[in-house]
Amino acid sequence: MKSSGPGPREKGKDLLQIRNLHVEGFSDERWHPIVHGVDLTLKRGQVLGLIGESGAGKSTIGLAAMGYAKPGCRITQGSVLFDGIDLLAVNEKGRRRLRGSRIAYVAQSAAASFNPAHRLLEQTVETAVAHGIAGREEANRSAVDLYRRLQLPEPETIGFRYPHQVSGGQLQRAMTAMAMACRPDLIIFDEPTTALDVTTQVEVLASIRNIVEEFSTAAIYVTHDLAVVAQMADRIMVLRHGRTVEEADTRQMLASPSQEYTKTLWAVRKLAKPEVPADDYLLTIDNVTAAYAGKVKVLQDVSIKVPRGRTVAVVGESGSGKSTLARVVTGLLPPISGSISFAGRLLSTGLKTRPKEVLRRIQMIYQMPDNALNPRQTVEEVIARPLEFYLGLKGARRDRRIGELMHMVEMSEDFLERLPGELSGGQKQRVCIARALAADPELIICDEITSALDQIVQEEILKLLIRLQRELGMSYIFITHDIATVRAIADEIVVMHRGKVVEQGLKSEVLTPPHAAYTERLLSSVPEMNPDWLTRLLASRKI
Amino acid sequence: MTRSDSVAAVRRLRRSRATRAKTALKKAPFSAWFGIVVILGYVFVAVFAHWIAPYGETQVFSEAFAPWSQEFKLGTDQLGRDMLTRLIYGARNTIAIAVATTLLSFAVGVSLGLLAALYRGWLDQILSRAVDVLMSIPSLIFALVLLTIFGSSITSLIVIIALLDSTRVFRLSRAVGLNVAVMEYVEVARLRGEGPKWIIAKEILPNVMPPLVAEFGLRFCFVFLTVAALSFLGVGIQPPTADWGSMVRENATLITYGDVTPLLPAGAIALLTVSVNFVVDWFLQATSGLRDEK
Repeated sequence: MKSSGPGPREKGKDLLQIRNLHVEGFSDERWHPIVHGVDLTLKRGQVLGLIGESGAGKSTIGLAAMGYAKPGCRITQGSVLFDGIDLLAVNEKGRRRLRGSRIAYVAQSAAASFNPAHRLLEQTVETAVAHGIAGREEANRSAVDLYRRLQLPEPETIGFRYPHQVSGGQLQRAMTAMAMACRPDLIIFDEPTTALDVTTQVEVLASIRNIVEEFSTAAIYVTHDLAVVAQMADRIMVLRHGRTVEEADTRQMLASPSQEYTKTLWAVRKLAKPEVPADDYLLTIDNVTAAYAGKVKVLQDVSIKVPRGRTVAVVGESGSGKSTLARVVTGLLPPISGSISFAGRLLSTGLKTRPKEVLRRIQMIYQMPDNALNPRQTVEEVIARPLEFYLGLKGARRDRRIGELMHMVEMSEDFLERLPGELSGGQKQRVCIARALAADPELIICDEITSALDQIVQEEILKLLIRLQRELGMSYIFITHDIATVRAIADEIVVMHRGKVVEQGLKSEVLTPPHAAYTERLLSSVPEMNPDWLTRLLASRKI
Repeated sequence: MTRSDSVAAVRRLRRSRATRAKTALKKAPFSAWFGIVVILGYVFVAVFAHWIAPYGETQVFSEAFAPWSQEFKLGTDQLGRDMLTRLIYGARNTIAIAVATTLLSFAVGVSLGLLAALYRGWLDQILSRAVDVLMSIPSLIFALVLLTIFGSSITSLIVIIALLDSTRVFRLSRAVGLNVAVMEYVEVARLRGEGPKWIIAKEILPNVMPPLVAEFGLRFCFVFLTVAALSFLGVGIQPPTADWGSMVRENATLITYGDVTPLLPAGAIALLTVSVNFVVDWFLQATSGLRDEK
């Protein structure tokens, strides 16, 4: 082991220097440039945040810092100097010796990075043992020490569990332990908390930050979440279309971004809609209890009212029953008890017993537009089907209506011939919205529809939904775990926790203190753009 | 809602099916080209058998087991029928039966398999267990038994082999269908109130086509071999209809005299099987997106 415990190492010297990096990707039978000449310098012990919308080349640069390009990508120009060694000049064997021992990588999805057939401990120490840095005994002891520092529960024994036996947040921390096992000089974090919900995210962020500080490891932190990067990074680099927009120290960057693009990024989180109190209720959910396979109760005695022409945001962490609520309303999961009435009429519980006219009036939009659009149907086919199916529109009348719908979602008719694979994430989500609108619905259930999109696109979609509601007067049930989204779109808020409604009411009532205990926890877990937020929060929670 | 706030789109016309096929063909490897040419040749011979063949399918000449000559290019068989003519007609009969059988087995197997994948529950249980039972009996022996019971007419041959083969198609299409049936676009269709016909034909089927087409090519070969094997055993295509399997059996004795003639129908089967596999391999590689790296 190079250093026996935590302690500042040689700090302040340049550890990583990337000069004039060019990366190309292969698609449509051609090589396209992804990264155009990016320069980057990282000092020992420094944390650099790479931010930008999707497709900005953040992850590609993160991987290039290890001298690696994903299959289908190639590094065409430039140099990557790691502690004096040009990673692009040495051979693969030389690079492999560095990776794992001196450079480590933490991926977005820990669940996909662990081998489900082996225990956590074996995988944590694997690289250290393989690189001959420590014997198995010593490596095991040091892994337990890392688990403790990362605040994993039962650090002595958690290593003997299999990946599926721990939670997502714990797995992400175990992955960090795996990366730290060799005490590397540099760790690349590629969106390590994006897949986690806010309450878990805080814990993982705190433990990553602690351990990076303790071992004074240099890190590149890739994310699209500004508030997160504000907590983690010493310096921030903003990227767009594979080019550097600007780079500065975190505080300076947050206080006074110099570039126009950075300012728009910063402005995104400030969208807010004034709430309008309800005057008439469209959907009433009364004491609904629902369960999967008749056993585990996912919803308990839930009662929610959705006003006509307004938005109800359903908030909660994963497993709180938000999405199950959507399945019950759409009829996919008939409840065990309780009733739902829609526009003054009792809704039959099962999907099969609902008439077409009722199905038409309740539409649903999904989180992942990739899964919600059939990859073999063109945009036109996707939008045309509900028009034919519900309204019997054909020929020229149908085509005219398709054109109107495309204008409503602010897309050009040129897109009609495309397949979903040829659209960006935001465009796909617009097509999904157009498909829902085609049915001329009164209620649209939006299940986390913005969480797979980056922030600028999120804002565009939210603005679009607000405008459509104003023009067409539909109600939304907006399921989300993101409080910024709630501020932007909701009139009323329902807070859910473990299948129960914790709090509900007008947006201003729920968001202003005093809160229910869980609401308080949820609200305080939402990262703020202030770089001191995490420190303050942790201090206040310890008391 | 004006046009001006439309998101700008780069206009790109979808390449038509024909041009896409053309570019794909241009990049096809030699083996695929070989396969395509051979298959087209077989189809040509099969379709125009009546005009190409020098004699009639069942025309008998005086000399049995005649050697290769000007008159009989590949000699005659045990009854004095021209071998070349029989080979050409054999292509028509054997290929037609194989195509019909494979199509039928896919129609049955895919529709039931996707239904089972879509509905799961008891329907899936009944179908899957029935298929398990059918698969537990060796199919060649089962086919022999069924053919002796129902008599070996061409129709019963096609139906019996198709049913026995559809079990494997069922298994495959159910497995690939399960992956697609849980996708949200299928849920969207169900929420819209679509019936099973639409969901299977429009939502699931287009997304499971590549593995099914690949399987189609392989099944086609196996059907071919099954028909030939059954004919060789005498319960397949009945005389005097020309068919490659029975031609091998009827003239097998010639091999003892060093005559290669009986190997020709066997070679015809082998060549077609290999060609179909070449084309399937190429198709698999082109659609699965799995390419060798560097």
